[in-house]
Amino acid sequence: MIEDNGIVIAFWILSATTIACALMTAAVRELVQAVLFLALTFVGAAGIYICLSADFVAVAQILIYAGAVSVLMTFAVMLTPAADRHNSETIFQAPALVLSGLLLAVIVFVVLDTDWAISDAGAFQTTAASLGEAFLKPYVVPFEVASVLLMVAMIGAIVLTRELEEDDDA
Amino acid sequence: MIDQFGRAGFLLVFAVIFPLIPIVASVALGLFKIRPSKPDPIKDSIYECGMVPIGDAQVRYNVRYYVFGLLFVVFDVEAVFLYPWAVAYVGLGVYAFFEALIFMAILFIGYAYAWRKGAMEWL
Repeated sequence: MIEDNGIVIAFWILSATTIACALMTAAVRELVQAVLFLALTFVGAAGIYICLSADFVAVAQILIYAGAVSVLMTFAVMLTPAADRHNSETIFQAPALVLSGLLLAVIVFVVLDTDWAISDAGAFQTTAASLGEAFLKPYVVPFEVASVLLMVAMIGAIVLTRELEEDDDA
Repeated sequence: MIDQFGRAGFLLVFAVIFPLIPIVASVALGLFKIRPSKPDPIKDSIYECGMVPIGDAQVRYNVRYYVFGLLFVVFDVEAVFLYPWAVAYVGLGVYAFFEALIFMAILFIGYAYAWRKGAMEWL
């Protein structure tokens, strides 16, 4: 375990990077750049998970969000015509502002309202092994249902893109 | 666990700083007029291994490439599910093996469908 200062410094650097990247995502004009900043935001969030000793969640975050989801978003941007790839003014700006303001209010309320108890338990060693055991013992059914979900997602993806392709050819 | 990540984080910090040094140095030397600045259209063009670049970098992709992205996400999530299984496997034996076999078998239906529909073919 690194001395506590290291964690605190890392936490501040990571939070600053995450927030800066999140703001840039909204501020940047080019959509491709916005997606790249969003990917960096995901990486920053993964760093914060590591500070919380949630190593598996952090790796999953990088693998799925920073890796796969940002690839999907890049693809989605590349599929739009080049002229529409701008983070321009839309009629959704005002409702989005209201919605994010409300979300912020809820989060701040929860943060202030929670009684933050400090646990005496030591830090986790590795979370992956206990997760694996949880998958195989009490959560076997959700584990298998997850694979059904993935199968449905795979078939759905193919059906949807086939349809799009036919539209594209026509 | 966490100090191994700390070391990786240390490397990450250096990995960010090193490419920033020449960029910042170049801009700073330009500001103080130490670096000569004689731009011309060929110098300012994108370097494509000596070829003259044609068109814009941001072309519109064909929709059929999107399916590879979607399939990649599915297999990525599958790998994330299998990793904790692999870590916990040693203590659990045959039971764990069949558990994962069912998991893979269900996914294989989707995989077979994708293969059958030609979604794996690069066009």
